[in-house]
Parts: sequence; C-alpha cells; structure tokens
Amino acid sequence: MITFTKVSKTFPDGTKAVTDLTFTVPAGEIVVLVGPSGCGKTTTLRLINRMEERSSGEIMLDGQDVTALAKHELRRSIGYVIQAGGLFPHRTVLQNLATVPRLLGWEKERAVARARELLAVVGLDGEVANRYPHQLSGGQQQRVGVARALAVDPPVLLMDEPFGAVDPVVRQRLQQELLRLQQDVKKTIVFVTHDIDEAITMGDRIALFSPGGVLEQYASPAELLAHPKNAFVADFLGEERGLKRLSLRQVYDVTAIDGPVVGMEASAADAAKVAAANGTDWVVVLRPDRTLYGWGNVAALGDVAHLSELDLPLPRLTVHANDSLRAALNAMVVSQVGVAVRLGATGTYEGIVTHEILSGELLR
Amino acid sequence: MSLALPLAQTRLAVDWAWIERNAGYIQDQFREHVLLTVLPVTFGFIIAAVLGFFAVRWPGLYTPLLTLTGILFTIPSLALFVLLIAFTGLSIWTAVIPLTVYTLLILLRNVVEGFRGVPRDVRDAATAMGYSGAKRILTVDLPLALPVLFAGIRIATVTTIGLVSVSSLVGQGGLGQLFLDGFYRSFPTPLYVGLALSVVFAVTADLLLLWLQRALTPWTRR
Repeated sequence: MITFTKVSKTFPDGTKAVTDLTFTVPAGEIVVLVGPSGCGKTTTLRLINRMEERSSGEIMLDGQDVTALAKHELRRSIGYVIQAGGLFPHRTVLQNLATVPRLLGWEKERAVARARELLAVVGLDGEVANRYPHQLSGGQQQRVGVARALAVDPPVLLMDEPFGAVDPVVRQRLQQELLRLQQDVKKTIVFVTHDIDEAITMGDRIALFSPGGVLEQYASPAELLAHPKNAFVADFLGEERGLKRLSLRQVYDVTAIDGPVVGMEASAADAAKVAAANGTDWVVVLRPDRTLYGWGNVAALGDVAHLSELDLPLPRLTVHANDSLRAALNAMVVSQVGVAVRLGATGTYEGIVTHEILSGELLR
Repeated sequence: MSLALPLAQTRLAVDWAWIERNAGYIQDQFREHVLLTVLPVTFGFIIAAVLGFFAVRWPGLYTPLLTLTGILFTIPSLALFVLLIAFTGLSIWTAVIPLTVYTLLILLRNVVEGFRGVPRDVRDAATAMGYSGAKRILTVDLPLALPVLFAGIRIATVTTIGLVSVSSLVGQGGLGQLFLDGFYRSFPTPLYVGLALSVVFAVTADLLLLWLQRALTPWTRR
C-alpha cells in the first residue's frame, strides 16, 4: 500500500508539479495516473522511488516513509518500467534481467537461473536470452522491461507509459498480458499514461490529474465514466464516454430478452402473429436444437407453411455472454433490425439485446 | 615547395643497399615514432577524461573548455616546439607536450559527446534500479560511450602519427628524422622509407583500435 498525504512538489524554477496530493494506492491493485501532459503524473510516480524528492507532505510505502531507506536500497525494492523498457543496450537480455539480482549481490548462477525463469513468466522464447535489445521487436523489448522489473519479486511496480512506444495492436496484447500476469503476481502497480482508454483498460482505479498536479478525481473506471466530478474530468474522458462505459461492461451484465422467436417448422402466419405480439416486424427462427436458423422480415416470409422452406439470412454479428456491451452495440448497428443476438457457447439462442436495454444500463 | 627542387635533380630510385645498412637506425626511429604517438594520445586521453568529467557534470564549462582547446589547436606546431625548447630543452617532452595539447580538442569533444550520447532513459532506468552514481558511470555510461570515445582516439592517433614528424626539427620526430635526412642530402630513399612506415603505422594503429573497439562493444555489431 502506498499512501500520499498532502504531498506537493515544486521544482527549483517555481513550477508546481504536484499540488497537495492525498490518495492511497491499495496493495495488489493497479492504479493508473492519467491526465494531459504537464499534469504531474510522471512526477508523482517518481516521487515514490525518489527519482524526484517531494517538497512537502508524506509518502508511506507499506507503513514506512520512503525517505527512511537509502535511495538505492529503496529503489532496488521497487520495480520500474519505462517506455521501450529502458533496457541496457550493451547487455544481453539475460544480463538485463539479472541486473537487480546482481546489484543485490546474488551469485551469478542464481541470477542467471532467475533471469531464465523470468523469460518464461513474460512469455518470451528462450532463444532471445543471448540477444541484445536492439535485436528484439518493440513488443519483446517491452516484455523484457516488465520481466526485469519483476526480477527480485518487488511488491511494488512503477510503470511510466510502459507501452507508449509500440503500435496499437501490440499495445493491446501487452495490456492483456500484463492484466493476466497481474492475476498471478498481485503487485501494487502505479501506472502512468496519457491515454484514457489505456487507463480504463488497465486501472482498478484511475487518478485523473489536471495541469499543476491537481488530483481531480480518484475512482474506479466505471464510477469515473458514470459520474465525472466536474467539467475537466468529463472533458478529458471525451465525447465517447458512453461507449467507453459500454466497453467496461459485459453482455452478461444485462438481461437479454427472449424476443419474437419461432421454430423453423412454424408457418409464415404464426411468425406474423409472434412478431405482432412483440411489436416487431421480424422474427428469429430457431432450429429444434435452439441454434439459429435465421431471421426474417414478416413481409418477406410470404405465406409458406413451414419457414424451413425459406432460405433466411443470419445476423451479420452475434455476441456471447463475455463480450463487451460495446461489441453488442456494434452488432446492433450492423444488424438488419437493430438488435444484437446473444448466443451461448455452443451456438444456442440466448435472447436479444436491444437499444433500450443498453440505454437503460447507461442511465443507471 | 622547397622540397621539390633538390629532389628533382637527383635519382628518384630506391637505394635498397642504404636501407639494409641502416636497418637499425630505421628501427630506432620507428620505435621513437611509436612512443611519440602513444604517449601524447594516452596523456591527452587522461586529461580529456578529467576535463570531460567536469564538462559533463557542469555543462557551463563545456564551451569555455572547447574554446580553450580550440585555441591551443590553432598554435602553429613548429612555434610551440621551438617555444618549449626554452623549458624542456631537446628532451622528448619538447615533442610530447605539444602533441598532447593537439589531441585535446578531438578527445575532449568525443569524451563529452560520448557521455552525453548515453540515452537519458537508460541512465534513468539504471538509477531507478538502484545503481549508485559511480557504479552507474562505470558500468552503464562508460560502456555506452565507448564507440564515440574510440572514434576520438582513432582520429587523435592518426593525426598524431602525422604530426610527430614535425618535431624532428627539435631533435625528436621519429620517422621525421628520415624525412630531414632525405631532404638535406637530396637523397630520397630515407624519405620513401619514412613515408611508407608512417602510412603503415597509421593504418595498423587505426585497424588495431577498430578491432579493440569491436571487441569491447560487441552489442554494436549489427
């Protein structure tokens, strides 16, 4: 646990980087510091391992003031990851990983064994062990950077825009890997980014700063998106705030309704009745095993005795319980009738999600 | 060119017999040439390293130091050699001191640029991982500055090898003595020998330094 109490940082030239900051980073959680440039988020991070010294206030790390230890000792117990990993270009991957263990005086064999173990932890192939950083891809470098920070299993990780130097596809993968890794290692992570989407993806909590190092709001991503405290926060969250909220929630969070459903052996007339009863002009047609046969506009069904005689279209996209509500919205937008069809793992029909259901969710 | 006239009047062919008779003398001059190269570059590097340390630490010093070494560099070499005779006589120092001074401009610039070229985020990461200042400079900054340091040492070495001969006018000069000899006697063979050895030495020294640099900085091989 890291506790900031009334912490301020003023640089020698008079710039106020952090102003009267009080907040707590709970143990085992990812707290994302986010805000526009010049908002003091990186300075705040660097106050923890005393890469910058606070001007006033108190920073406690697990009940002990960070100034209680000598700087280099404090730092060896805190993992630090920066953009592109900050790897040593003159050391191989293995040597990079063994850095902190060696600084702590581990035997060489033990440090190297630990380094090999770390490669596996971040999912890197053993054959990169003896390469130099410039021989790795951006994503691999970043993984080595994370692995190096985990070398002596520090309880705290500080990450300063760790995924800023890789392309969006790799970034997303690294984010997911880190989240998966975090499930096992349960580190206390302070993560700096300027990208609100990354903050929403990564954070258990988000601390949103405005220029001058003022903490505007400290809350869970869902709370932040649902109830931005002021205009600055709302503005920073952006116009797509609703969409972002949807991306935080899953399809199973909302109740799918059954909708106008008929069996494939029903007649066109039956289908029209079901549609009318549901207030729609279309029906979902199911096979006997409740998998999707198709869906159709009642006007296009003609007067067949069995719908199975018709070749019905399938929805362009369907969603599963674990998909985000944002994916559901996407499925709606591209569907012929403006609803998202939810299917189970084996493809059985579980209902539909409508605009009304999503809007209701956002209004909560 | 004053050299052109006497040479033009003489035989230009190589006198192999002279070379054989004077093998010992040539060897001595070559050895002196090597010494007059190695000492100034070594001293120059030590001084540049110290000055460079200050210039990196207190960046305000860099420009004045560069200007100073630049001014020293503009002093005509012959004038400096002759001036020093008053203090150091015809000893080896009369040659070593000016030659050292001339390496400073090149070496200081490369020491400072070498250390400044160490990526900031790498230095930052090292500090954040718990390196103390001195340990970081030795095990992170220094290795990363090596390619630029070596570039400076190579230029300084080759430049010095060329410059050494001028000190033959104050009784030093290594292979430069062979040039004088050839000039005074209008006899080109010593000149050829001196020239050839000087070029061979410069190329060998440069390649050796390049090899050493490669061996010390394996990560720069792409």
